Amino acid sequence: MKISPAHIIRLYDRFEFLDKEGSGQLRLEDFAEVKELAMNPIGDRIIGAFFSPGQETVDFPSFVRILAHFRPTDKNRAKDSTQPEPVNSRTSKLKFAFQLYDQDRDGKISRAELLQVLREMLGMQVTEEQLESIADRAIQEADLDRDDAISFEEFRKSLEKVNIEHKMSIRFLR
Amino acid sequence: INTWRSQFSQLTFIGEIPPKPTGSVTVLPPIKPNDGPQAFPDAEKENLPVFTMDYPRIQIPFEITLWVLLASFAKIGFHVYHKITVWVPESCLLISIGLIVGAIMHSVHEEPPAVLTSNVFFLYMLPPIVLDSGYFMPIRPFFENVGTVLWFAVVGTLWNSIGIGMSLFAICQIEAFGVQDINLQENLLFATIISAVDPVAVLSVFEDVSVNEQLYIVVFGECLFNDAVTVVLYNMFNFVAEMPVVEPVDVFLGVARFFVVGLGGMGFGVLFGFAAAFTTRFTANVREIEPLFIFMYSYLAYLVAELFAISSIMAIVTCALTMKYYVEENVSQRSCTTIRHVIKMLGSISETLIFFFLGVVTITTEHEWNWGYILFTLLFAFVWRGLGVLVLTQIINPFRTIPFNLKDQFGLGYGGLRGAISFALAFTLPDNIGRRQLFITATIAIIIFTVFIQGISIRPLIEFINVRRTNRNLGTINVEVHCRLMEHTIAGIEDLCGQWSHYYWKDKFLKFNNRVLRKILIRDNRAESSIVALYKKLELQNAMEILDTVSGDISAAPSIVSLYEEKKSSAKPKKKFMAADLRNMHDLLSKNMYKIRQRTVAYTRKHALPNESQTKEILMRRHASIRRSLRPGSFQSSVVPKSHKYFSLPAGKSLDSKFPPGRLSHAGKLSKPSLKGCTLYSNQLPHMPYGGLFC
Repeated sequence: MKISPAHIIRLYDRFEFLDKEGSGQLRLEDFAEVKELAMNPIGDRIIGAFFSPGQETVDFPSFVRILAHFRPTDKNRAKDSTQPEPVNSRTSKLKFAFQLYDQDRDGKISRAELLQVLREMLGMQVTEEQLESIADRAIQEADLDRDDAISFEEFRKSLEKVNIEHKMSIRFLR
Repeated sequence: INTWRSQFSQLTFIGEIPPKPTGSVTVLPPIKPNDGPQAFPDAEKENLPVFTMDYPRIQIPFEITLWVLLASFAKIGFHVYHKITVWVPESCLLISIGLIVGAIMHSVHEEPPAVLTSNVFFLYMLPPIVLDSGYFMPIRPFFENVGTVLWFAVVGTLWNSIGIGMSLFAICQIEAFGVQDINLQENLLFATIISAVDPVAVLSVFEDVSVNEQLYIVVFGECLFNDAVTVVLYNMFNFVAEMPVVEPVDVFLGVARFFVVGLGGMGFGVLFGFAAAFTTRFTANVREIEPLFIFMYSYLAYLVAELFAISSIMAIVTCALTMKYYVEENVSQRSCTTIRHVIKMLGSISETLIFFFLGVVTITTEHEWNWGYILFTLLFAFVWRGLGVLVLTQIINPFRTIPFNLKDQFGLGYGGLRGAISFALAFTLPDNIGRRQLFITATIAIIIFTVFIQGISIRPLIEFINVRRTNRNLGTINVEVHCRLMEHTIAGIEDLCGQWSHYYWKDKFLKFNNRVLRKILIRDNRAESSIVALYKKLELQNAMEILDTVSGDISAAPSIVSLYEEKKSSAKPKKKFMAADLRNMHDLLSKNMYKIRQRTVAYTRKHALPNESQTKEILMRRHASIRRSLRPGSFQSSVVPKSHKYFSLPAGKSLDSKFPPGRLSHAGKLSKPSLKGCTLYSNQLPHMPYGGLFC
């Protein structure tokens, strides 16, 4: 199921609106201009997810490709292993979330990375020790192979009961 | 004059006045002050009075001030003992104090202040409250729910009025209650008065119960907008009550009148809103009186609407909604703060006074009590509202993006409190209605019942049935953290996509806004960077200044540099976590994790200005981490990804003028902002340490 042309047009309008310079590419500053993202605790990470490693700008196809992660999952899709995984499948959505944690792209969420995210998401009254205990506990729960980090499989397993398709979907991108 | 008077009275003491000489001029004989008994002190020697008193001159303002102070002291008093306000809403406490004061006044046979008429209520006490509600109304949720709001406001009120009216009429037929003389029109009129859900009462109760956003908006909106319907019905039934027969023409005219009232109210509001916005475009040189325009225009909207007997509440609410957006861009930061504070203050005072006087007047008016009528009124009000909510939600749920579940419906139904508006309307009932006193008594009874019983019990009931609270034991720490992360992600992506969702009209309006309206109504409409606007709005400039001067040792702010150091200390022994520890952790997370887009937080404290501390924390933290990551020594670690390095500090050209020069000096050399591309690479840093951000 493809995104409808009307949606693409709207997304393009939005892309143009964000692209203050009219260069056809979005830069970091354009993303930074969206003030709600500035107020979002993990705003930086979300913006970072749009930029492939080494890239400094985002063109429209890449923009749409990232946003496509958030389309509601097509539940009736036949599980065909010869076709590549659609970008809005459960696994892909989980991978997106995983990469928000795993900024150095080594395939694991280290304790430090987890701690960093926790720092960003919690208010200033929480002390460093409390943060560390939370991080320790999180790793303890999820880490099955005892390497003190959470791999993607462990991440997926810890969230198996959560309705990811619902949580990571934006209805109007259908 | 005094000396003359005293001399004259001396004269009468003496005796007869000597006969007047017949002739032209009547002259009193010369007065010899030394004759006769000295009854009064020697008039010519009166001294300058050192201490005089003239009460009647200042009586009215003085009494008003005293009443306001008294009510405010009551408010202070409630908060001294915290536990009370948790269980008993403030409105109840205020009414109770009013009752006590009223009882005192009654026992000394004093009259309540003559200023307490329904005119005073509608013209002076109600506008500030409605302005407060309108100005701080959360706009986006409101427009997302506008259909539901109007549905409940219009159809719901109609349903209630007609339902209650008819049932009461049916009851009146029963001989035992002795109210057979009330005809259908009068019943309907009374029903209209008491079906008006009151914003003042509802909001003061809902503030203590943290309800979800949807529910809040719908109840809030319903209260504000059912005024249009109430006004129309009230006037219509009033008019009709005098007539023996109702014709279909009148019903049709009633419907037409409703549209005039509703749309007219909104139209006037929008008109005055734009006028205010336009005026503030030119106030750059008269900053001190900027707030005045806001108040004058809103009040004017209200009064003009009252002039034409159209819905003044809708007028003032629409005015506030319209002008807020444009005015806050035109007006200086200080004026903006002043406006907000003054609106809150006036609203708070008015509300306090209203409830207080409600209590006082309850005691001092004459009552006519009729058990049957009043009890059935209570019953029907309750039943019809419940039924109304059930039926209406069934109809409108399919159209809603987030349907109402049963708990929401309970909140909607049970939260329909009546308050001062019903009260004032009851007082304006014309005298030719036979049972006026009965109606007044019944209205007061309903108000007191709903405010006290429903107001006090709504909180425990909602907590009891509300399973929407995060269930503590569900899910591990992992799940909680990851879910919140995902929620933030979705919120961020939605914001990035610009909320266009599927609202065609909103898109259109926003385009129109940008192209036409902003140019006309906003002074200096360069495309100001929205980040700059955000920082201005949060008055973060001062914060940033402080952050700069303190040489970087802000222990609370997280540091990206530590990412590198963390990797060393991985050889820690595994900790054992007890159940109590887990519970604490869950507690910690649920209390301290930042909420998404500050949704419900902002609306639950009615008497406080919207709390922006969460946003400030996030922004300050980001700022601090940027600063820290820019220190020359901190770039050994190549681990730090680029996406962490910059952010949300504005690329707008005008930024350096917004910040005081002091901060630029920290940066050393700052090249003039002609650079657009501000990505930071470590090799750029030695040349533009700090200024690189401000291009």
